[in-house]
Amino acid sequence: MKTKLWITGLAMATAMSATAPVMAEGEVYIPMPVYRVGPYATGGTGYFGGIIDYYTLMNMTEGGVGGMKIIWNECETNYNDQKGVECYHRQKEFQGKQALFFDPLSVGISTSLVAQGRKDKIAIIAVNHGRTEGQRGDVFPYYFMPGINTYDEHSIITAYIGELEGGMENLAGKKIVLLFHGSTYGREAVEFTHMLCEKHNCSSEAIEVPHPGNEQTSQWLKIRRSKPDYVVLRGWGVMNPVAMQTGVRMGFPISNLIGNIWSNDDGDVKPAGSSANGYQAITTHPTGRVATVIDEIVAKLYDQGQGDLEDKSRIGSNYWNLGVMAGVIHLEAVRVAQARFGADVNSAQVRWGFENLNLDTARLTELGANGLVPEIKTNCMDHVGGHQAKFMRWVYAETKWEVASDWIDGDVELSQAIIDAKAENAIANEGITPRDCNDPAQRDDFDV
Amino acid sequence: MGFDWVFFTELIVGGLMSGVMYSLVAIGFVLIYKSSGIFNFAQGTMLLFAALTFVKLTEGGVNFWVALPVSMGTMVVFGILVERFMMRPLANQSLLSLFMATVGLAILIEGLAQYMWDSAIHGLQLADFLDLALLDPVNMTIFVVDYIEWLDILISKFDVFATIVAGTMILILAVFFQKTRTGMSLRAVSDDHLAAMAVGIPLSRVWALVWAVTGIIALIAGLLWAERVSVSFTLVEAVLKALPVILIGGLTSIPGAIVGGLIIGVGEKLGEIYLGDLIGVQGIETWFSYFIALVFLLFRPSGLFGLKTIERV
Repeated sequence: MKTKLWITGLAMATAMSATAPVMAEGEVYIPMPVYRVGPYATGGTGYFGGIIDYYTLMNMTEGGVGGMKIIWNECETNYNDQKGVECYHRQKEFQGKQALFFDPLSVGISTSLVAQGRKDKIAIIAVNHGRTEGQRGDVFPYYFMPGINTYDEHSIITAYIGELEGGMENLAGKKIVLLFHGSTYGREAVEFTHMLCEKHNCSSEAIEVPHPGNEQTSQWLKIRRSKPDYVVLRGWGVMNPVAMQTGVRMGFPISNLIGNIWSNDDGDVKPAGSSANGYQAITTHPTGRVATVIDEIVAKLYDQGQGDLEDKSRIGSNYWNLGVMAGVIHLEAVRVAQARFGADVNSAQVRWGFENLNLDTARLTELGANGLVPEIKTNCMDHVGGHQAKFMRWVYAETKWEVASDWIDGDVELSQAIIDAKAENAIANEGITPRDCNDPAQRDDFDV
Repeated sequence: MGFDWVFFTELIVGGLMSGVMYSLVAIGFVLIYKSSGIFNFAQGTMLLFAALTFVKLTEGGVNFWVALPVSMGTMVVFGILVERFMMRPLANQSLLSLFMATVGLAILIEGLAQYMWDSAIHGLQLADFLDLALLDPVNMTIFVVDYIEWLDILISKFDVFATIVAGTMILILAVFFQKTRTGMSLRAVSDDHLAAMAVGIPLSRVWALVWAVTGIIALIAGLLWAERVSVSFTLVEAVLKALPVILIGGLTSIPGAIVGGLIIGVGEKLGEIYLGDLIGVQGIETWFSYFIALVFLLFRPSGLFGLKTIERV
């Protein structure tokens, strides 16, 4: 009996090993930790749809990246930290091939994976968000936040308010309220907002909206009592349209409500209806068909009945454009790595690619992404690399955003001190030994 | 600087208006509980499903006055199906089993809503369908100072509209339960299932009716909430606002749900502003409403208007 079982088991194992899929040579693997269902599905379907569309276009037109076909598989995170971490462990290897990096579009998931990513030598990507001190690549070599960080965001918003007032000197005596989401993400900007106002002689007040933000009467009554000149909205999800609607109901001028990078989606303004008309928000990636790469995606995918978005009207929407931008950054990092290490790169080498991005206007034009993606230049000490953004204004009658400003730079000088202090704190409390980015040998060593 | 009475008044008015919105959701819980003794965990998802059905119909070009009865009809059919396939088979099971069935129902509706419609955020502006001064999308505020010179407070026109709708609905429910034969059957069932059946009241029909009425209330509450917070999965979380309301008002009383809503609406606003300032912590209103409910429970374990249960041992 035992022999029979043993033979059956052996036969099954042989059969399974014979049929177990193995990725072909000439392919690279990138995990896709999506969220297509649940409360944040609008963001998830847009963002990951944009990435998938860009990867598909590259597979179709360039045979992948550096001649290697791009393969991905999806795992539903539900925007839930625990599920996201499970997805990471499930997806870090696929059909015998290691993941090149992991981009979950979630502060919670990406932050939970900072240490694990370093252990596995897989870069964790958090486009335009994340743990701000993660900018310091000497302390967090496997963590990247290409685009802008929280402090860039708020210094750029302050600079834009200065522009609206006719110059930074006119900020003196003005009052700015930060209306923030009651979470780690929301609170991250409080201290820096006060620092900015100290620098520019304005006064500031921070008002918290408890999660999820579907009731804001007391906060807006507080604002009405404070009589600020501007309210900066650091919202998320339903908090955004409710802020717009409640603000207008309380008589606050919508044009003086300025949204941050997670308060700038079509899905934030459309539900607010006419209340959102004239609302302004920061962006790193203007919406609409603003770059040739988007036209190419439409022509080669959507016009041929392909493409990841079910609803074609979302082409050019904020999250989809952010996804295309992320796709451009991802594959550029792979190309940078391939230029040094050859076509078949591993995740540590791609980490080095993310650390040596140089997306200037010339390169962005070559990629067809000029106008969509901001200039990004990363290095060992700076894992953000962009530090600039534009503003857009919602036109309710035309159901679209219009660009309201040129690129504005963040106050990197002011933010560096607070980032350094937090990074030093991480070194002391998390047992991290930082690299010396001034030492060429350490700087160029990809396998850290 | 003296106490700002005008701001305080504004806060009270704002709190009362928010409280009405909480009461609307709480009434749905009360109806189901009164008739069957079940705490309906699916109330929030019913709100979402009803509002989503209405919004998707109007987005598809269906006229408001067609979409509204069709959505109501959908909720009635939903109520009948729940009675037939959930309540009836579980009729003699423990209350815990019935509660768990509503948990399953909530998950089912959530999946069904995404499958039938989608998971995107949809806006709802009732002003697009109803030409009412209270829904004026440009001038959304009533400045009381325009009418009473010394009172510089503002009132949201939409909140006034929501209060009127909620008040009308409560009045209709009161007449329905007190004056109609069906309403009285329902009250009889809520008092004693077996006795009601013994005098010939059809339990199945009453349950189906209650679930259908609750569905219609979910639709109206869903539409009013959707105007404020849009139609998205966050609507489900409106329920979190209703839980402390029913703890205060009692699970068996519609007037309790209303008074509870008003207490929570005002209490959380006062807590957020004055207590928050005092202890130097913001964003306390979410948990503060539960704190208020707990304090009430210490003195009135059955809620303000809930029935005291005495069991013989």
